[in-house]
Amino acid sequence: MKFDTPAGPNPIDKGRVIGIAHDRIDGPAKVTGTAAYAYERHDAAPNAAYGWIVGSAIAKGRIAAMDLTAAEASPGVLGIVTHANAGKLSKGNMNTAHLLGGPQIEHYEQALALVVADTFENARAAAALVRIDYAPEDGKFDLAAERLNGVIPPQGFGGPADTKAGDFDGAFAKAAVKVEQTYTTPDQSHAMMEPHASIAAWNGDKLTLWTSNQMIAWSVGDMAKTLGIPKENIRFVSPYIGGGFGSKLFLRADALLAALGARQVGRPVKVAIARPQIPNNTTHRPATIQRIRIGADKDGVIDAIAHEVWSGDLPGGGAETAAQQTRLLYRGENRMTAHRLVTLNLPEGNAMRAPGEAVGLLALEVAMDELAEACGVDPVELRIRNDVQFDPEAGPQRPFSSRKLVECLRAGADRFGWQRRNPKPGQVRDGRWLVGMGMASAFRNNLTEKSGARIGVDGSGKVIVETDMTDIGTGSYTIIAQTAAEMLGVDLDQVTVRLGDSRFPVSAGSGGQWGANSSTAGVYAAAMALRAKLAEKAGYAAEQAQFEDGLVRMGNQSQTLASLAGAQGLWAEDSMEYGDLDKKYAQATFGAHFCEVGVDMDTAEVRVRRMGGAFASGRILNPKSARSQVIGAMTMGVGAALMEALDVDTRFGFFVNHDMAEYQVPVHADIPHQDVLFVDELDDKSSPMKAKGVGELGICGAGAAVANAIYNATGIRLRDYPLTIDKLLKAQAA
Amino acid sequence: MKPFTYERANSVEAAAKAAASVQGARFIAGGTNLLDLMKLQIETPTHLIDVNRLGLDRIEKTEEGGLRIGALVRNTDLAADTTVRRDYGVLSRALVAGASGQLRNKATTAGNLLQRTRCPYFYDIRMPCNKRKPGSGCGALKGMSRSLAILGVSDACIAQHPSDMAVAMRLLDAQVETMGADGTKRAIPIADFHLLPGETPHKETVLNAGEIITSVTLPKPVAGTHVYRKVRDRASYAFALVSVAAIFGKDGTARFAFGGIGAKPWRTAEADAAASEGAKAVAQAALAGARTTEHNDFKRPLVERTLASLYRQQEARA
Repeated sequence: MKFDTPAGPNPIDKGRVIGIAHDRIDGPAKVTGTAAYAYERHDAAPNAAYGWIVGSAIAKGRIAAMDLTAAEASPGVLGIVTHANAGKLSKGNMNTAHLLGGPQIEHYEQALALVVADTFENARAAAALVRIDYAPEDGKFDLAAERLNGVIPPQGFGGPADTKAGDFDGAFAKAAVKVEQTYTTPDQSHAMMEPHASIAAWNGDKLTLWTSNQMIAWSVGDMAKTLGIPKENIRFVSPYIGGGFGSKLFLRADALLAALGARQVGRPVKVAIARPQIPNNTTHRPATIQRIRIGADKDGVIDAIAHEVWSGDLPGGGAETAAQQTRLLYRGENRMTAHRLVTLNLPEGNAMRAPGEAVGLLALEVAMDELAEACGVDPVELRIRNDVQFDPEAGPQRPFSSRKLVECLRAGADRFGWQRRNPKPGQVRDGRWLVGMGMASAFRNNLTEKSGARIGVDGSGKVIVETDMTDIGTGSYTIIAQTAAEMLGVDLDQVTVRLGDSRFPVSAGSGGQWGANSSTAGVYAAAMALRAKLAEKAGYAAEQAQFEDGLVRMGNQSQTLASLAGAQGLWAEDSMEYGDLDKKYAQATFGAHFCEVGVDMDTAEVRVRRMGGAFASGRILNPKSARSQVIGAMTMGVGAALMEALDVDTRFGFFVNHDMAEYQVPVHADIPHQDVLFVDELDDKSSPMKAKGVGELGICGAGAAVANAIYNATGIRLRDYPLTIDKLLKAQAA
Repeated sequence: MKPFTYERANSVEAAAKAAASVQGARFIAGGTNLLDLMKLQIETPTHLIDVNRLGLDRIEKTEEGGLRIGALVRNTDLAADTTVRRDYGVLSRALVAGASGQLRNKATTAGNLLQRTRCPYFYDIRMPCNKRKPGSGCGALKGMSRSLAILGVSDACIAQHPSDMAVAMRLLDAQVETMGADGTKRAIPIADFHLLPGETPHKETVLNAGEIITSVTLPKPVAGTHVYRKVRDRASYAFALVSVAAIFGKDGTARFAFGGIGAKPWRTAEADAAASEGAKAVAQAALAGARTTEHNDFKRPLVERTLASLYRQQEARA
């Protein structure tokens, strides 16, 4: 099915199942421990041996010599995979560094060997006996020092590297009010709960991989390419995923090395990347340096806006596209954005929840707070004044498909009690706490991706949906079941959803907050095909047939789904593909964050006291799981503002704080009540679901609201994230 | 984890004897620190002596009017003990400021005293660390040292002592009671129990081979307001950047001990003596000889500010 004209009325509009808050249908399996995650598939591979990854101790150089003698002689060892015996390997399209290094070493903790043994403990003990002599080479590890060597990065999901409209320099020079500041954000780790984990088993030349992966088709393709085998010979199974946040978008070392290990020792092999290995072995969100210039009139109306971003990655890698939102969020006839990429020999940078906007808004929305103060305009009012209903780079001929930023700002401000904020910083005290309020706009692009599914009705009238879509904790199972139930007129408990298997139709997968809208649109397409088949079998005109209560009705006549499906069942498969509506219309999701913090007047400890937000994201398919996504993302925004940072040791070229004790993310005690309002919106240009993404919107701007609240509480403006005690104390002393 | 042998000890004497006779033996109680370190091969004991069944899990009054805390009393139980809460509030508060509920349920009194540093270079066995591998150098001195110590440090090591409990015990002038491999008992003032790194940061306490901690005794309760203030980057489940244990007396005297800043739980007579002069004077006295890096120099002002916060609260109470 092709989606190339705006959606008219359709069966989803009924809103009988879709749009209702449902508990997640996979919840009971998860809370009772019966949902088996990748590393626990003892049922599928009962005799799996254990692999342990040996990571590089240097950031750049070569293996001078490798001595496996002691490791091979260690108890229980079945085999050791290295570059020397793994056979010819290519590199996946989505990988920047090789997943198995050697003799060349591209980054610290890059996998150089997999030790396979009969038990986990034996594998780990033997891994410590692998002796590697290194020939290290000098690397580059300091983004700030390399900034001037930035080059134009390749184009990725974030669009072109540079954009411009009008005459920024001329307009900025003439502006009555100017903000010109530089902001920095650190490298961040996804810190999802489940580590990367896989079990691999070969049957002849056929590989099955039970794994934890957000994008099944991408990763099957990259496994095929890396091993040099047809992708038809590879099956991925990934029904449950304990979080990913982008870390599991790609084939990673656990999957490749499990496959190589299993091939070498002739039995299934399971591999998990140990927690202390994850930050340096896998991907991370790259650090950024961001320069923002805004020129406005004395009322705060923007005439010129520029956002330049520097980030680093390994050779062949990509940029952190942190200026994305600045192209679309506010008015201004004179504008430019630019991204520059420097070569760093740190571990691979890549997507983490809302790549681009999550850190871009940490800068832009603080700059807007600075502009509000400079103009003496309320921060909410400033954003309303600078609203624009079309793509401001392209002009009025490219309107937004839907944009309710102003409604979010107003509704969010009301609910939060924004009018009680004292605009003068450092005025409000509650005991030992200096109290402040801050806000920020939320913005995240809306992407749509082709997505397929098949859907069937069995002889008992039950509905089954199969797609390789993944559920990374987001609620995919539930919204797909809701879609199927809505389309076929059955109750939710009549629907079985099977996900994450590469034998199922290729879906959009979970990434870029496109998963919910795109995957359910794919189910919509398949369901429309099945409705046509059922109507045809019933002898009804497809356009007139009604699907409700497990029946297909036309006029006074009806037949049950069960009888139409028959003993054989009836199946249909289709996918949703997109035309150029995202070119004709700018598509994005919007919201407004509000935050109240307390800052200890002596110690500068920051504690978030309240958070609230209003969001417009098209149709909200399941308000309960959508809210869960948004509050989780707001929590991640608190982490980005206050504590999350991978510390780079620029001598050795690695992230020093590579475990969960030292890489701190918010704990329950850090997160107070979070109020979430969804503003009613349907977007008929996004998909037949009239939904947009929401899973990443909640992190976008949340951290900036925290930063602005700290400023309101203390009068201290920090521009170097995270905003920790040491920086606050230094700023106070200065 | 390297293969190791295991035995369950049935008496303190047998445990001490076994520990002294087997090269590379270690006692294990709660295992909340040791097992993590073994997985990373930072600790590689050849033999574990399980002391959990030695019966050292009682809290009882001493003849001197103090309290004897068995080495195996769990942190949770110690923090919840009614006598501790009534008479040694600073200890209870320090305990609940540390770790998580799950960890405190397992962690023991003696094990907490012996927990090892959280220096990130200690935790990555590919990095130089004189504490983990004597002579390999200190990765932290010119590396990322934000969390590390500024007092009692040396060119060889700037690791911090991570315990909260031990800071309160230092404040209370606790004594660590031990039994040696030959059956000799001794009581070590907590001030002398931990060693400064000097040129031998791998030597962390005065315990001899095989010597086992049997209990920690507290002297008679110290009257006054007991407080423990822990400053960290998040609200819970993080090690201290700076912590202050304090008892404020009614007469304007006070005593202070500090965590997060020392190579061992830190206390100076000079700081206590400056109590009547306020936070700035106490901080100045406590920080005498401090040696900071560009990453951890904020701990100087943070000590003073944490003290200022405590003084402010104390004034509010008065």
